[in-house]
Amino acid sequence: MILRGEKDTVRVLIAKPGLDGHDRGAKVVARALRDAGMEVIYLGLHQTPEQVVRAAIDEDVDVVGLSVLSGAHMTIFPRVLEMLKEKGALDIKVIGGGIIPEDDVAELERLGVARLFTPGTPTAEIIEYIKGLSPAL
Amino acid sequence: MDGDSYQSEKKRWLAGTYPASGEGEETFTTVSGEPVDPLYGPGDVSGLDYMRDLGFPGEYPYTRGIHPSMYRGRLWTMRQFSGFGTARETNERFKFLLGRGQTGLSVAFDMPTIMGRDSDDPMSEGEVGRCGVAIDSVVDMQTLFDGIPLDRITTSMTTNAPASILLAFYLVTGERQGVGFTDMGGTIQNDILKEYIAQKSWIFPPGPSLRIITDVMRFCASEVPRFNTISISGYHIREAGSTAAQELAFTLADGMAYVQAGIDAGMNVDEFAPRLSFFFNSHIDFFEEVAKYRAARRIWARVMKERFGARKEESLLLRFHTQTAGCSLTAQQPENNIMRTAYEGLAAVLGGTQSLHTNSMDEVLALPTEKSVEIALRTQQVIAFETGVANTIDPLAGSYYVEYLTDRLESEALAYFDEIEAEGGVLEAIEKGYFQRQIADASYRYQLEVERGERVIVGVNRFTHEDEKPDIELLKIDPSVEPEQIESLRAVRRERDGSAADTAASELRRTAEGSGNLMPAILECARAHMTQGEIVDVMKELFGEYRETPVY
Repeated sequence: MILRGEKDTVRVLIAKPGLDGHDRGAKVVARALRDAGMEVIYLGLHQTPEQVVRAAIDEDVDVVGLSVLSGAHMTIFPRVLEMLKEKGALDIKVIGGGIIPEDDVAELERLGVARLFTPGTPTAEIIEYIKGLSPAL
Repeated sequence: MDGDSYQSEKKRWLAGTYPASGEGEETFTTVSGEPVDPLYGPGDVSGLDYMRDLGFPGEYPYTRGIHPSMYRGRLWTMRQFSGFGTARETNERFKFLLGRGQTGLSVAFDMPTIMGRDSDDPMSEGEVGRCGVAIDSVVDMQTLFDGIPLDRITTSMTTNAPASILLAFYLVTGERQGVGFTDMGGTIQNDILKEYIAQKSWIFPPGPSLRIITDVMRFCASEVPRFNTISISGYHIREAGSTAAQELAFTLADGMAYVQAGIDAGMNVDEFAPRLSFFFNSHIDFFEEVAKYRAARRIWARVMKERFGARKEESLLLRFHTQTAGCSLTAQQPENNIMRTAYEGLAAVLGGTQSLHTNSMDEVLALPTEKSVEIALRTQQVIAFETGVANTIDPLAGSYYVEYLTDRLESEALAYFDEIEAEGGVLEAIEKGYFQRQIADASYRYQLEVERGERVIVGVNRFTHEDEKPDIELLKIDPSVEPEQIESLRAVRRERDGSAADTAASELRRTAEGSGNLMPAILECARAHMTQGEIVDVMKELFGEYRETPVY
């Protein structure tokens, strides 16, 4: 897993897909990644999978982070992955967080979500994980 | 001992006696990050005038409680927020809770219902019945309250942007049970300002939203006098990461904005103010929370009397519901959440709450199981019937620390009011992202404290052990809920009298274009079995939709 090379800062898109408005976690993660030197695009609330994928490609990001607390994760994550695949953009890694039961975490990771971070995860762990995706960072 | 001589004695004690046993390494702050002294005494409350600042329960400024006899007259209402899947399933959960001694109902809607979208809307995919119950039309509402007489129970409904519509569904449900509007009691949250600020479940822009709210206030004042027309909420502001002082200040500022909106709409303050209620969080910092509720009552009474000139006593009373803090719960070692919730519930009771929801231990992982919600309800019953704290009114009054904190929170809130005023008032402050930024800053500060280990969370950053996995059963939502709900929604559309629905829709459009009260037209839409999404769409066409500029 090596991120697309030449750029010297990692670019991350953070978004809240679906109808859920609980954006505390997404904002904390966005800020922590920014403070760790990454370029963060915070897309905000109520995004459709289409909007997320379009923004990810337009903004040329390395990682997409999605936060879902409403229970719609089994619909939203697979849809985003499918659309990235259609666009030939599966080099963009999809990570996520929220209220996601353990069984669903396993299933989503099997479907291609790179990593899901559940409640209580220190932001340092997310930062380390993203940095670990590229040895250059 | 007077204040001055206390302060000099305290100085002596701090320099001479106190260092003998020393202090640990930690910083001593509240969960809001406010410093806490080793000791409080008479000098810290020397400005306190008993009759002016505390008074007696049921008397101005109501610091000690809004009812003369408080829990000796009637305990708080035990009201567990619940809803999942279809109306049928949630109806069973309601009956289960009532059977276990719950005394009021509180409906949790799913995200599509909260956002005013039907279950078959493309944006609803995957969300139907997930984090609450799916209600598309009055038909679902009738199922939800099947066998529950609406004149005997009060119901709180957590709905904001489309609150007028869900209220209409509820009222028509009562009507069809043979219950008159005047015999139905309950609460709709209907607090759009805190949606823009914190919870982010909006539909329309502020202008039309406030029109709908004042229409509801006016309609209910004459037709549904037992309904609380707004539950002005700090809960979500706190969950989004604010401090206690911000929760207090932003909530009361919202409250004042609604009062002003009512007055601007031509109502007399005493006509609608008695039906305004509040909803606060109970976080884990025990004394800070107790003080927050006491300060809230005092500030509100003074503002209503002095600023808005309210004359009726009911207009001065800050009545509130409390929910324990979801954000204080941990996914790790979830059983510990039972204890956290118990302390938080206790703080709410010692702060004089009128009703209480205690979170279930598994709510950080999923919607609660029957078992976990029963433990949460039993927690309230233990507080009520075993601990003895309900025997006497406002038992923490007179504690130097609690009175000091009450004063401090009050003055912090007043300082925030000035800041909000300087931003141009609540609406302008929302547009400028003032509240959103304040809350995001506080939430990030807290997160950093946790990550540095300065703020201990048991089972998360201290007292953890290797390979621990939550060992509790979780509620699963059956994936067949969504197609079933969509099927029954389509049956409603198919079976209704199409021309009655069309007539109701055009009447609503006509009213919305003009300045008449929207409620009677929305009630007609409900009676004609129009769905929530259809009713919202009629209004959206005229009112537009709100968009936020995201700040983080």
